[in-house]
Amino acid sequence: MDTVEQLRDRLLARFPGAGITVVANPSPAAQHSLLLTAATARDLALFLRDEPGLQFDQCSNVTGVDWPDKEIVDTTKVTLPDPAGGPPKVVEQKSKRVEPGCLEVVYHLYSIALRHGPVILRLRTANRTDSVTLPSLTPVWRSCEFQEREVFDLFGVVFAGHPDLRRILMWDGYQDHPMRRDYVEPDSYEWEPTPHGEVLAKARQHYPAPAAAPEAPKP
Amino acid sequence: MSDAAPAITQAERDDLRRNGILLTSLEELYNWGRSHSVWPLNFGLACCAIEMIAASMARYDIARFGSEVFRPSPRQADLLIVSGTVTKKMAPQVVRLWNQMPEPKYCIAMGACAISGGPFKQGYNVLKGIDRFIPVDIYIPGCPPRPEALLHGLVQLQAKISGQPLTGPDAPRHLRTDIECDCPVPEFGAHDLEPPQNPAVWTPPPAVVRPDKA
Repeated sequence: MDTVEQLRDRLLARFPGAGITVVANPSPAAQHSLLLTAATARDLALFLRDEPGLQFDQCSNVTGVDWPDKEIVDTTKVTLPDPAGGPPKVVEQKSKRVEPGCLEVVYHLYSIALRHGPVILRLRTANRTDSVTLPSLTPVWRSCEFQEREVFDLFGVVFAGHPDLRRILMWDGYQDHPMRRDYVEPDSYEWEPTPHGEVLAKARQHYPAPAAAPEAPKP
Repeated sequence: MSDAAPAITQAERDDLRRNGILLTSLEELYNWGRSHSVWPLNFGLACCAIEMIAASMARYDIARFGSEVFRPSPRQADLLIVSGTVTKKMAPQVVRLWNQMPEPKYCIAMGACAISGGPFKQGYNVLKGIDRFIPVDIYIPGCPPRPEALLHGLVQLQAKISGQPLTGPDAPRHLRTDIECDCPVPEFGAHDLEPPQNPAVWTPPPAVVRPDKA
């Protein structure tokens, strides 16, 4: 099978200007993936499915990733001349910027006919709040239907063109998206014998430690 | 059925029984009958249900204790075995099944999940114990409990039924008129079940850490 770079070149030769980025996976697994743009994703998916040399006829997995807003500190070194005439000073200047977050949907494709795969596709929304629509790939691979519903339920990605986009795990009137990083669960905590981490913080909130007894005055 | 000391001791009764004379009381006979025909609801939620099914099969044979008749309808069942994880989406249905069962009825919380949420306790969709909504008589710990543990829980329940007086404040619910037996079914809210627990049967437990150890 082609490498991811060869596959990208093949797709770009067929769809010039489709805007495909290779997302490298630096781990030993080295499962690099293709980041597609939302506008052309459906056409590229159809091509991947129907091209005789590719025939990715099975979508085995659809999952979501939440990338929250990330604050990045840039450090630049600035050389300032010394007004007293000495050697110039090198000063580090720090500037903060916020990298906007997004919601990502990941598709794993295999070819049963040609016995190769996986090819990993990624789609990203513009942001995490109001512009969360992505094209549904359920018309291309029927097996995406329930898994896209799950991503919709737990992450809040809206799939345009999905035949039956409803919540699948939570109930219909539910407002939250529990797999998002900023999800706040309802406060129904109770005492636990060995709390740690976030659970410990909540345990302290519900069962604050009694005030330490004042020390007996020393004679 | 009086609270006074029995006119005849257990040893004397056993002696009479050996001679073919059976002495009993209405309460004892009544409780003996109903404690040995506890029919569970044919209802399972997760992997604990597999152990419950195993307990009903030939090797463990729950029929030895009179509970082999798993009823497919809550209207005919005496015992609700909550066997497995209760999700928040499933909890109203479990409470509704409980309300549909006629008195006298009993509830066994089988396994860590039904008791407290178990390994999924911090999950967004897991109820932290079915005792937040319905009164539980027997808790069987384990993940999942073995069939022997379920049988032991059933025997404990039988002992509890046998010991219930038929009059007074400790009488079973179906012989009393002063209490409401139905549990309110929780609604699906915007963020959680509404209400998240039934205060009539459950309140948050107090801290068990000693002040000097906190």
